[in-house]
Amino acid sequence: MTLLIFEQFLNGLQIGLLLFLLAAGLTLVFGIMDMVNLAHGSLYMMGAYFAAVFVQWTDSFILGAILALPAGMLLGVATEYVALRNLYARDHLDQVLATFGLILFFNEFARLIFGAGGMAIELPELLAGQIEILPGLPYPTYRFAIIAMGLLCAGFLYLLVQKTRLGMLIRAGASNREMVGALGVDIKLLFTLVFGLGSALAALAGLMSGPISTVQIGMGDNVLILCFVVIVIGGLGSIRGAFVAAVLVGVLETMGRAFLPNILGSFLNPSEAGTLAQALSSMLVYILMSGVLVLRPAGLFPAPGR
Amino acid sequence: MLKSASLRFSVSTGVALLLLLALALVPVAAEVFDDPFLLTLFTRIVILALAAVSLNLILGYGGMVSFGHAAFIGVGGYAIGILAKHEIYAAWIQWPVALLMSALFALLIGLLSLRTRGIFFIMITLALSQLVYYLANGAYAYGGDDGLTILKRSDFGGLISLSDRPSFYYLCWALLALSLYLTHRLVNSRFGMVLRGAKSNDRRMAAIGFPVLRYRLTAFVIAGTVCGLAGVLLANHTDFVSPAMIHWTRSGDLIVMVVLGGMGSLFGPLFGAVGYLALEEILSSYTEYWKLLFGPLLVLVILFARGGIDGALGRGHGGILLGIIGGFFLLHGVHLYYDDAWAVPAALLMGAVGLVGLMQWLRLRKARKAGETP
Repeated sequence: MTLLIFEQFLNGLQIGLLLFLLAAGLTLVFGIMDMVNLAHGSLYMMGAYFAAVFVQWTDSFILGAILALPAGMLLGVATEYVALRNLYARDHLDQVLATFGLILFFNEFARLIFGAGGMAIELPELLAGQIEILPGLPYPTYRFAIIAMGLLCAGFLYLLVQKTRLGMLIRAGASNREMVGALGVDIKLLFTLVFGLGSALAALAGLMSGPISTVQIGMGDNVLILCFVVIVIGGLGSIRGAFVAAVLVGVLETMGRAFLPNILGSFLNPSEAGTLAQALSSMLVYILMSGVLVLRPAGLFPAPGR
Repeated sequence: MLKSASLRFSVSTGVALLLLLALALVPVAAEVFDDPFLLTLFTRIVILALAAVSLNLILGYGGMVSFGHAAFIGVGGYAIGILAKHEIYAAWIQWPVALLMSALFALLIGLLSLRTRGIFFIMITLALSQLVYYLANGAYAYGGDDGLTILKRSDFGGLISLSDRPSFYYLCWALLALSLYLTHRLVNSRFGMVLRGAKSNDRRMAAIGFPVLRYRLTAFVIAGTVCGLAGVLLANHTDFVSPAMIHWTRSGDLIVMVVLGGMGSLFGPLFGAVGYLALEEILSSYTEYWKLLFGPLLVLVILFARGGIDGALGRGHGGILLGIIGGFFLLHGVHLYYDDAWAVPAALLMGAVGLVGLMQWLRLRKARKAGETP
């Protein structure tokens, strides 16, 4: 039983870290530019499609992944340059709507180019097997790789934001945009850089999740909402908050999905318990968010200066 | 500053009344052209216009960006579906229950979400509507994610038969017209003034002594109930309810309708709903990938045409707008009646009309700018 709980915890951690990769970009963009970007989920989807195509071309997962990252980043920068740049000064409603338009565009674009059927990404031999992380607990290597990658990225982001000059500008931008601009920093360039970073992280999340779920149209739509939940729980603009909230949400949802059927199964018939448990575990996250917002309206770790 | 929303006879009001009149003639047209699809399409348009009108009350006049409005369509629709499943068809039970459920649900969501503002309000309404979405997905007794088929429409006991499609259409039309009239009365009442005042500065309204939260909550509940009514109609129209109608992208569609038409104007949502759904219908008849065109179009509207259709009419761009729409419909007709070979010259002509419109718009803009700075 403990092993099972531990295994489910790892699964939750893995989902949470994928969410974190997405939410980090979203929360950075929000924190610095005060911009709600619904199209972030589309960048995640496009990243996954890029990876699927490049893996097919090069016949190598690693090579495909390495190609997909800059492709996703370029797409993000292009989107920022063409459409989003004009929206920073607008109110949130305009941003929500315009980026909603971008979602429609990207979903349809993917359907036109890659077809409606969805694509699969084949795993390399190296990552396809299982490893025994604890005695008696085999765990898929690939999921383990996701966890490692997620933690690596979290560490990288921490170092970037806390220890480098760029990170200093990012933090300064988040607490007072105008002042940073007035001090002679090219704020537009900073925005584009941050957006590119966020897009690359979204593409990374997309390509990592490709092999465990099909790459398909609209895969970004639902995960996007989950990401918003994460950054609202964590506190808008806070990377640390996004990390904690993402892991919390991932673990909560997975645990709910794994154990609620058994708990409900003791007083309902199995198929009914299954569907109900699935709905309940999806709802748990939103209930958590409502609770957090009622008790701490600015989130768990509100970013300083807002 | 509050704009007077009186129903003085402006271009926009005239166009709106003509549009309502035209909508009233749809069943006749469907009969004459022997095209039942026309009636189906426009019933849907009228119902969604009703939902958009209700959203406009809180979004346009109240400044509350609710990104979960489709949840009320779901609550209203599911109330009908669930009662019908238990073989309760009497409208005298179904409709009040559905409206009461929508109102209670709006009260609950409003109480939770109105404590927050700005982006948090958008997010929490989104999250709470997702809650309803997953609830509907998990309601295995009522179809789960497959949805629930409604075997028999609401029964008004001989007063009106909802299965008779023209009667049903006229019921929807009358409710839409009624909702527009009531919105007009509401936003010009003292209540509406407080609501609009709170939109432009809620702290000042509170300082004057108005309990802003209570006013907002009341508006939220009214909007939720009217949207629940739209859900009731939609469930009766499609004879089917499913979680897909609550998905957050549906809420997005509703906001698009309101903003496309011009939020905070009485007839904006009507223009928006008709414009959005007619555009969807027309574009999708040309290409399966119509959203490829619609998505960027939406971005352009947000960037360059704030105020939407109603704003364009009010600024005297009505001629351009009507020209573009007229040209569009004309060429669409050409496309329908002839072969695809016509599509290319039609597109060229349409482009030309659009270009002329754009040039005139730029000219007007330039003239206005020159006039503004002495």
